Parts: sequence; structure tokens; C-alpha cells
Amino acid sequence: MNYVEHIGKYFMMLRQIFKKPQRLKVFYQAIFKEIEDLGIKSMGIIMFISFFIGGVIALQTALNLDNPFIPESLIGFAAKRSIILEFAPTFCSIILAGKVGSYITSSIGTMRVTEQIDALEVMGINSLNYLVLPKIIATVVFYPFLVSLGIFLGIFGGWVSGVLSGLFSGTSYIEGVQLDFNPFLLTYAIIKTLIFAFLIATVPSYHGYYVKGGSIAVGRASTQSVVWTTILIVIANYFLTQMLLT
Amino acid sequence: MIEVNNLQKGFGDVKVLKGISATFHPGKTNLIIGQSGSGKTVFLKSLIGLHTPEEGTISFDGRINTKFTDLEKQQWRQEIGMVFQGSALFDSQTVEENVMFPLKMFTKKSHAEMLDRVNFVLKRVNLENSNKKLPAELSGGMQKRVAIARAIVMNPKYLFCDEPNSGLDPQTAIVIDNLINEITDEYKITTVINTHDMNSVMEIGEKIIFLKDGKKAWEGNSEDIFKTDNETVVDFVYSSNLFKKVREAYLNEKK
Repeated sequence: MNYVEHIGKYFMMLRQIFKKPQRLKVFYQAIFKEIEDLGIKSMGIIMFISFFIGGVIALQTALNLDNPFIPESLIGFAAKRSIILEFAPTFCSIILAGKVGSYITSSIGTMRVTEQIDALEVMGINSLNYLVLPKIIATVVFYPFLVSLGIFLGIFGGWVSGVLSGLFSGTSYIEGVQLDFNPFLLTYAIIKTLIFAFLIATVPSYHGYYVKGGSIAVGRASTQSVVWTTILIVIANYFLTQMLLT
Repeated sequence: MIEVNNLQKGFGDVKVLKGISATFHPGKTNLIIGQSGSGKTVFLKSLIGLHTPEEGTISFDGRINTKFTDLEKQQWRQEIGMVFQGSALFDSQTVEENVMFPLKMFTKKSHAEMLDRVNFVLKRVNLENSNKKLPAELSGGMQKRVAIARAIVMNPKYLFCDEPNSGLDPQTAIVIDNLINEITDEYKITTVINTHDMNSVMEIGEKIIFLKDGKKAWEGNSEDIFKTDNETVVDFVYSSNLFKKVREAYLNEKK
């Protein structure tokens, strides 16, 4: 199957997904379950990585800005910009594409190869709508919160690294963080996150839903879904940056 | 009653079903037998609407399934119960949740009413006190019983089973066969079973259709299958020495 066919099939899948759920009560329950599986269970890794990467960003900025004419507050300013613009929305989304993407593909793929999706279809349930729409809503609703948490912890990690290493003072770092604060940058980060969240829910679902074969095929589909989700996030990141910041 | 007329289905250049016609009556256990690759599963999946026929029609009590509107199709699906080869239970849900699932999706019953119905069908398949267990905690035979309970919980008019006793020991396989047969008779369901288990053929085959290379090669019942001189059927059904001896004994007795 060539790329054009895959793209066509992906959009046909989206058409099936965005239909009215057959039972709203069941649908709402599914959304909360997905928020737990795809969102809350990813909080730990996002918090951990954000904190340490924030620290590394601040340290590297401090080590590269050793000119006495450059104010120390620039470290906090640069760290804040890097974290809000790129690290939190893009890097966190790529991490989530790996963690959540492989989970989505393998769970839906296993349902496919064990005929659980056929069972849903035979019962008269729109399986794509039932399985994927709650995932889309859960990721789109929850990931902006997750990324905001990543932003906060990244900036906090930068402050901690400065205080512990003695490379810059905590006060100047906070001064830099507050310097020239543009709220649109947060809007930009959230817009990017929403698009990435949609890709993280739908691309792995596509790979899982249309898998053919057995457990090896499911494993292969999981890998492919992570690769393709990451590629699409990177491409979308480029175009979103050009559209929103230039 | 299900009437299949000149059913044809292929995938790419490969023609799998080459014009099959058959009639399945209510309250009867109908078996589809044949070698692996003969088209049994494609035939069954066409009956339940998972494959769209290229040619021919399948009618359910006079209603042709390819002509259904979306609403009619959804209503028709609720008249169908299906037991998949691997049970196809939702592995993240308990036995109770699995069986209750169609009720939750398609009825407006209260939780207590749904639970009553679930307990009733679980009792019917002799599976009480397993409500809170996950499918992974059950044996193969118990999983099949849950699958049967889920298939009949909506009171279906048509029951389809894809190799319901594959992977089961002979004793459990007979229990499952008898259970399906009893339910078919009790609720006057039109049941179609895909199998290559010869015990099932002998025990519950009220109507048997033998498929070969995507065509219907023979039709009869469990009595006829002893008497048939159709070589393809004889080679397939009596491939083991045990069944050969059973047949010889049967024919000698009849003489």
C-alpha cells in the first residue's frame, strides 16, 4: 500500500471516528478511563524528564554564556524561552508518542488480532468511534495540562540546577524568567500541544486498527506507529512554528 | 430463517466463495464443515456482515442484509449473537462486564435489571460465581461459555459460532456443543456453526454443509453423513481410523 492510500485510509478512519457516540453514558466513562490510562499514568515520566531537562538547559546555557558583559538573568530568560517554545510541547509530545503511542497501537492491535474488534462490529457498535474518540478527547483535554506541568517543572529544574551548582544565582534566574514575558508563547505552546495530542491519539490508533496478522505484526505496528507519530509531530512542529511565530 | 443465494466473495484475484446457496431454519443447529482454506470462515463472516458479498444475496427472514439502511443494519446486528473462535472476550472487562456490554450499549434497562439478565444467562451456561473474574483467569471452556452467554444475552434470533470447541478437550467440547444445541432448541434460534470437529458433526449436526474450494460439495444431516458415498466427504470425515470403524459399524448395523 502506498503513502497516498494510507493517507486516504487515515482520513476515512477519521470520518468514522467523528460520529455521535451510540451510548453517551458509556462514552463518558470511556473518556475518564482514557484520561487515566493515557494522561495520569504519563504524569510521572513527564514530570521526571521535564525537571531534569530543564536543569540541563539552564546549566548548558550558563556554561555557554561566560561573557561578563552578558547579564546572568539571560540564563533564566533563555531557559524559559527554550522550555516554553520547544522543550515542553514538542519534546514532551515525542516522549508521549513513544509511551502512549505504542500502548494505543498494541492495545487496539491486540483487539484486532483477537477478534475483539470484530465482536464489537457484529454487535452493531461503531468500533472506531467507540475505541478512538475517547482517546482523542482524553489526549486533547489532558495533554495541555501535562505540557503546562512540564513547563513549570522544566523552569523549576533550571532554578534548582543553578542553586545547586552555583553557576548562577536563583534570584537572577527568576528575574530572567520574568523578563519580557509574552503570554502568546504559552498560547503557542498549547496550540502545538493540541495538534500533537490529536496525532498521538489517531496515528497509533490507525496502525493498531488496521493491523493484520498476529503478535509479531502488532509489535511491528507499534514500532511503526511511534516512528510515524514522531515524524508527523516534527513536520507539524515546523509548519506550526512558521504559521504562528513568523 | 437464513437464505443464502449464489454467494460469491473474493480477495484480489483469489476467489474464495464461488456461488454458495443454502437455507438455515430456526431451531436447528446447522454445521459448516470443510478443510482449512475451503472458505468456511469467509462464509461465516459474510453471513454476519463482516464481509460484503461480491455477488449473491443473504436474507434474514426475507430481509436482504446488503439492502439495509444504517438503522435497519443496527437493529439486525442486535438480532445476531456470535461466538468467535478465540472467544473474543474484552480482556480488560470482567465476565459480568463482558456479558452486560451489549445490554449497556443497546438497552435502557437499569443496572439491577441488566445484572438480573446477566446472572440468568451465566446460570444458563453453568457459569455462576465467576462474575468478577477477568477472562485471563478462566479456562478455555469457561471463556467459551462466557462468549456464549454474551452472544445470547440480547435474545438473538441468529447465533453464529466459529469453531466453538477448537482448543478444548473432548469432554469440554461436547459440553459446549450440547449447550449450543440446547440453547438453539430452547429459544428457537437459527444457529450456524463452523467446525471441523467430527464429534460435533456426529452429535449435533441437524443440517451439515460441506464446503470444498469455495463451493458447496455436499449437504445432509448427521445420519446422512454415515450413508453418503460422496468420496470427498468420506475422505474428509472418515480420515481417522476410529471414525472409519464407527461408520463401518453403523452401516453393518443398518444392513
